[in-house]
Amino acid sequence: MKFYLRRIAFYVITVWAAVSLNFLLPRMMPGDPAAIMIGKLRRASGGRELSPQVIEDIYALLGADKNTSPWDQYLAYWGRLLHGDLGLSSTRYPYPVVELIGNALPWTLFMVGTATVISFILGIVGGAWVGWRRGTWLDHLVPATALLQSIPYFWLALVLVAVFSVQLGWLPIVGAYDPFEFPSGPEWSWDFFVSALQHAFLPALTIVISSIGGWLLGMRNMMVSTMSEDFVVTAEAKGLRPSRIRDRYAARNAAIPSLAGFSIALAFVVAGSIVTEQVFSYPGIGKLMIQSVQGLDYTLMQGVFLVITLTVLAANFLMDLLYGVIDPRVRSHG
Amino acid sequence: MADRFAGIRYLMPRWSAKLGAGLVIVGLITLFGIVAPFFTADPRDSSNKGLLPPSPEHLLGTTKLGYDVLAQLATGTRGSLYVGLLGGLSAMLLAIVFGILAGYFGGWLDEVLMLATNIMLVIPGLPLVMVIAAYVQNTEGLGDFARSSTLVALILGVTGWAGSAVVLRAQARSLRTREYVAAARVAGERGLRIIFVEIIPNLVPLIAAQLIFGVMAAVLGEAGLSYLGLGPTNSITLGTMLNDAQTGQAVGSHAWWWFIPPGAMIALLGTGLALVNFAIDEIVNPKLRLAPQAARQQRRATKAGKGVAGGGAYA
Repeated sequence: MKFYLRRIAFYVITVWAAVSLNFLLPRMMPGDPAAIMIGKLRRASGGRELSPQVIEDIYALLGADKNTSPWDQYLAYWGRLLHGDLGLSSTRYPYPVVELIGNALPWTLFMVGTATVISFILGIVGGAWVGWRRGTWLDHLVPATALLQSIPYFWLALVLVAVFSVQLGWLPIVGAYDPFEFPSGPEWSWDFFVSALQHAFLPALTIVISSIGGWLLGMRNMMVSTMSEDFVVTAEAKGLRPSRIRDRYAARNAAIPSLAGFSIALAFVVAGSIVTEQVFSYPGIGKLMIQSVQGLDYTLMQGVFLVITLTVLAANFLMDLLYGVIDPRVRSHG
Repeated sequence: MADRFAGIRYLMPRWSAKLGAGLVIVGLITLFGIVAPFFTADPRDSSNKGLLPPSPEHLLGTTKLGYDVLAQLATGTRGSLYVGLLGGLSAMLLAIVFGILAGYFGGWLDEVLMLATNIMLVIPGLPLVMVIAAYVQNTEGLGDFARSSTLVALILGVTGWAGSAVVLRAQARSLRTREYVAAARVAGERGLRIIFVEIIPNLVPLIAAQLIFGVMAAVLGEAGLSYLGLGPTNSITLGTMLNDAQTGQAVGSHAWWWFIPPGAMIALLGTGLALVNFAIDEIVNPKLRLAPQAARQQRRATKAGKGVAGGGAYA
């Protein structure tokens, strides 16, 4: 129980730190992001005067308001976040940031989530197998994972597009579904699902190819180390079936550091998926993030950063729960 | 005489095919980045025709604006190596400060430093870098520095040290309990002196591995940032080349000679660095070297009819 309490406390502190960073960054800069943002919103609305409410919103989210103390600003900032009010976007005026994120998040969760799970499972299972067969020709495949890991995501994406979409014309290049077949937007039908799958295939393939090397290598190395532990030798001496030794004795122990290192690897996947979404114009969170940064849409940028952080924290928390199941020691010793 | 260097030799990687290949790749690319820009054409000379395919005159063709791709590649490699080295070094310094201090001193300092490290670890890196870059690069008063490769490298370093810090802390914690460290403490040596004289020299392979990892991460990070249009504007790197290729529709116009070389260069550099890292891994964790060797020997013995076990986990 202590393990879970400690982890929950850690995530609470991390959320607080991320929100505070979001609050502090625009206020630490010598320039005035709030003024820039208001100027952008005015231009986006076609030169009309903005309502006092909108201007007040922007100052609460971004700017140093001279009349209120930093502490009051901080409290007001939290109040807005807890009400789910992230302000208006300037690049996609007059849509509220929350609505834009709400439309983009499912696409990213669908595409990046599936790709991550596939890559993780393939990497762990494959790594366990390569580590089990250590000292054979499979060892020569290990350096190849180095190549996979050092290919920039977006470059791999460009190459895949050049081959499969431009040269061969097999798969679509942009978007998440065919807008000509489904002009009214997403719908619940089999045809739409197929279209979405076709569009998600190349971006997901990019993520799987570039991220699988890390899982594979980490798992293989741990498997090699674990196989020379005494308890494996003992299991062998007891005459247990090799498959039982491999799955229940070696692999289960070897997987623990991979799970513990999940957060580091996930950071790479998130970074990679942002640029991958840009290559494919996939309408997810990453594309939104890039749009906001390029257009200096500070409110949208803040909101997207917060949502990405929360999603990553949630994924890490799930992994922690799984970690507790696989390794009973952390549950009892914390 | 030979014994004097035995300790140092123990810390050096053993010669292997992986290490050799890695060093050759990294060495050639570094040489290319340092020397080639002196011999190639001006990378910003746009007097050539645009989108020429490779020819004897332009070995890697030209870009849409008529820049020579080979010249751009040479200067870009130099730029990327600079960002990688600076970013990797600053990340390593921060990792040493956070990881080793936390691991050695323990107690509340450990708790505080590790909390900071773990927070940095779970906050996703690239979005954070993007947010910081978007604010910093639009700050008045920084002038040219705001969009320089130095600033990009520093941002990458400041956000990319957490993973290394965790690794260093674990090792520093285990070294702290060794007898020679206890002896130094009993002899009245001060904490910082013990760290510099007793702990850090024993962490050299690990620190080197983390530095290599940091250089790789910074090169890849810069490429990603530049591709998204947040990279340096006043210098050429491999990332800015790819950004130009993206905005110039290189993929759509089949100009493979424009977007393949910079990405391949990054992948090759990363592969070389990773191969060197494998060799270092095998010093830090000798089992990685010895276990496959043992398995191979045993299999050979079994084949020759000398084995005791007919198969099982070690076959």
